[in-house]
Amino acid sequence: MLKKRIIPCLDVDRGRVVKGVNFVDLIDAGDPVEQAKIYNSEGADELCFLDITASSDDRETLFEVVKKTAENCFIPLTVGGGVRTIDDISRLLHHGADKVSINTAAVENIDLVAKAAKKYGSSTIVIAVDAKKNGDKSWNIFTHGGRKPTDIDALEYCIEVANLGAGEILLTSMDRDGTKIGFDNELLSTVSSSIDIPVIASGGVGNLEHFVEGVLKGGASALLAASIFHFGEYSIKDVKTYLAEQNIAVRI
Amino acid sequence: MKLVIINYGSGNLHSVHKAFEAVNNNLENPYDIIVTNTPSEILNADKLVLPGVGAFQDCKNAIHKIDGLFESLEEVVIGKKKAFMGICVGMQLLAEKSLEFGECEGFGWIPGEVIKIEAPADYKIPHMGWNEVTFRNHKLLNNISQNTDFYFVHSYYFRTQKNENCIATTKYPNLITAAVLKENIYGTQFHPEKSHNNGKQIITNFLEWEPS
Repeated sequence: MLKKRIIPCLDVDRGRVVKGVNFVDLIDAGDPVEQAKIYNSEGADELCFLDITASSDDRETLFEVVKKTAENCFIPLTVGGGVRTIDDISRLLHHGADKVSINTAAVENIDLVAKAAKKYGSSTIVIAVDAKKNGDKSWNIFTHGGRKPTDIDALEYCIEVANLGAGEILLTSMDRDGTKIGFDNELLSTVSSSIDIPVIASGGVGNLEHFVEGVLKGGASALLAASIFHFGEYSIKDVKTYLAEQNIAVRI
Repeated sequence: MKLVIINYGSGNLHSVHKAFEAVNNNLENPYDIIVTNTPSEILNADKLVLPGVGAFQDCKNAIHKIDGLFESLEEVVIGKKKAFMGICVGMQLLAEKSLEFGECEGFGWIPGEVIKIEAPADYKIPHMGWNEVTFRNHKLLNNISQNTDFYFVHSYYFRTQKNENCIATTKYPNLITAAVLKENIYGTQFHPEKSHNNGKQIITNFLEWEPS
């Protein structure tokens, strides 16, 4: 049986790990390569780096982090943040990323999704969507790391990028991110039940039960979390053991 | 001994290279690992690895775009019968044809065709993530337990014409070919380079394999 994937995410700024609460108040939590190695040995199913480095001058540090991680961790590595062009994707893949996640650039230039999927294969292209509730069963997407609102409907957008060849949706609830009150399972199930490609749940996980809900209520194929792992509240193994006890298939 | 990893611009080349290097460094008699697309170097290979991600046709075109690349592969694999391993699309290319984006001819080294995964509506496509692999006993699967999880990412799969060429399967929920073998020609649908310690074991087995 295909396993539900547990994906620790590292927010990386100029080569260092940080995690924001509601996208601000960043706290340093260490060296990304070392963290990645720990997650790898603990049984993470994939790793995710989100580069939040503001200045493109400091981008080179990310490539170095990706390269070192890929040399040490033999599980899939997704890298996102500031990916704007085919060339950006190409450079990340050549430094050892397995998948690249695109957020703002895909919203501003939807053609990029089809081009990237055609060139590198759908399975390489993850579309990251930051969604905020806008009414009953309605969410709008935000760009620029959650700073810029748009009037684009999240569900319609996810359907469109799936049709254009995206391989996966990384769906972050802006309302839940950093709150630790659980995933927005309504958002997840609305999107997941409308598209064929896998949806990765993100934003809001605070305890073990939230992971279970993300699968059972949200219909997520994979569950992403950041701070819950970084600060040692729960290990990857804790999460997987708990999911297995609830009869959810995980790789132990 | 030379192990050549074919570089034709495949997205997973780096990962494959690094994983093979990591395993190779632990061998008593490590290989010289060479990443190349130069026919003269390929002709001197003792073992070959063909990575591949993306669309079947794009991969095939990329290989044929490089002058003499396919011919040198054929000479080493079919002519000299050196051990060959294809990974993901690199494995699918062994088929006679693929039906992804219209019909496209493959290498035709193992009879069968590459077709879309058929699964009930609540099964996500691509088949992405860790799934259990069941296999026939073979040296290439030494020190791997039945039902071990490996990392898959694909929407199409290789349906071999002969059962004997399919040595491993996974379920989604129907049976899907996970590995193929015909004499010296081997391929995995899953990504050993992304399958953690069990993936490294698969690579070790290939490096130690002497096809008879």
